[in-house]
Amino acid sequence: MPRAIELEQLWKFYGDYAALRDLTLHIAEGSCCALLGRNGAGKTTLLRILAGLSPYQRGVVRVFGLSPRSEKARRQVGFLGHGIGVYEDLSAGENLNFFARIAGLPAPRAVAAAWLERVGLARVASMPVRQFSRGMRQRLALARTFLHSPNILLLDEPFTALDDRAIAMLSELLTEARARGATLVLSTHQIREALAIASHVALIENGRLRYTGERTAEMLDDPALLYRLHTELGAA
Amino acid sequence: MRSLAQAFSVAKKDLAIELRTKESLNAAGAFAVVILLLFSFAFDPDANATRELGGGLLWLVFAFAGALVFNRSFARELPNECLDTLLSSAISGASLLLGKALANLALLIAVELVSIVVFGIFYNVRWWLRPFELAAVCVLATWGIAIVGAVFGALTVNLRLRELMLPVIIYPLLIPLLIAAIEITNALFSNQPLSAYELLWGRVLAVFDIVFTVLAMALAETILVN
Repeated sequence: MPRAIELEQLWKFYGDYAALRDLTLHIAEGSCCALLGRNGAGKTTLLRILAGLSPYQRGVVRVFGLSPRSEKARRQVGFLGHGIGVYEDLSAGENLNFFARIAGLPAPRAVAAAWLERVGLARVASMPVRQFSRGMRQRLALARTFLHSPNILLLDEPFTALDDRAIAMLSELLTEARARGATLVLSTHQIREALAIASHVALIENGRLRYTGERTAEMLDDPALLYRLHTELGAA
Repeated sequence: MRSLAQAFSVAKKDLAIELRTKESLNAAGAFAVVILLLFSFAFDPDANATRELGGGLLWLVFAFAGALVFNRSFARELPNECLDTLLSSAISGASLLLGKALANLALLIAVELVSIVVFGIFYNVRWWLRPFELAAVCVLATWGIAIVGAVFGALTVNLRLRELMLPVIIYPLLIPLLIAAIEITNALFSNQPLSAYELLWGRVLAVFDIVFTVLAMALAETILVN
């Protein structure tokens, strides 16, 4: 399988602190890689580097063979970080219309309307986001992330704080994305949910890659297995 | 073309948010009007004094009001991590900065329109005698202020003291632009034909705009990501 993402001997420092240490990881096109690790392991830093949001000091990062900051690479990426990434003072429709225009989609209004329908927000399309409930905001954020059918989805803790409806919607969107051949990279603490959809796992501890490989049936049966076998804390 | 369309989308989005919240417009507009009022009471200027000081007073007010606009420009991208979302999207850094500068320009021009009317009333200045030249100076000088404001608004957006840092950084840079705008505006308020001296300052304005626009576009990626 061709590689969608290549990381070679990647080092990232915050001041003197090495957040990522000599990390080498390859993610094949069409696969779903769950980034596992405890708080502060370096998962978010890695995702931010892949999204072109954070510079790194050493190593090589390639997204479809390109620098993650290149416009061509970013056009293929959908990123959902800790924030929902939408404007409180714009309506849901205006938000999606804006991001569709930025993505250069041919019929931004139609795309925005279709996605509002899809995530169940068509009724409140003209309502400012600041009046939305938490669940509605989350669904709008999902629509914003998937709007341009990205070939790579970078999702940072996507299941955290989602309501049931949003979890079902996210699972459906991820399944669809995989079916059309998109590559998924998601960091999570919800190991069970992540392993259920992942084809591969990468376990990070203190900025070092401890394990990478295919997700196995044993991992599904015993989600803590990876931590026990491959991390220092788990071994202790 | 695509980059320009993206820049206009950013500007349109910023102006839509501003028209709803009126955060920058209220702050900058009120500040400009209050300063003009206070100066009119403090100095009780006669016609000669107004001709000599009017341009300086106006452009300093515009520059100070601009800082209030620029502080909000990138700060409105911080809630919900909208700036990260934009930077990870297909928009180029140059388009983003250009869009921000266009929105800054529109907001500052709105503040200037109100200020000039107030200035005319309280200082008894017939600013409408040379409307096209005045409009040209306003647009040229305001674009320079707007592009510098957009660049340094981006650079200082994550600083805790950005409200203080932004003016401290941009005003020294704006000195040549402000001198040029003041000289030409004073001549226009005197209703004299522009001499070679004022035209030279006009060229300074144009060069300032070109240099800072090109620099901003060239360094946009570095400014925004680092």
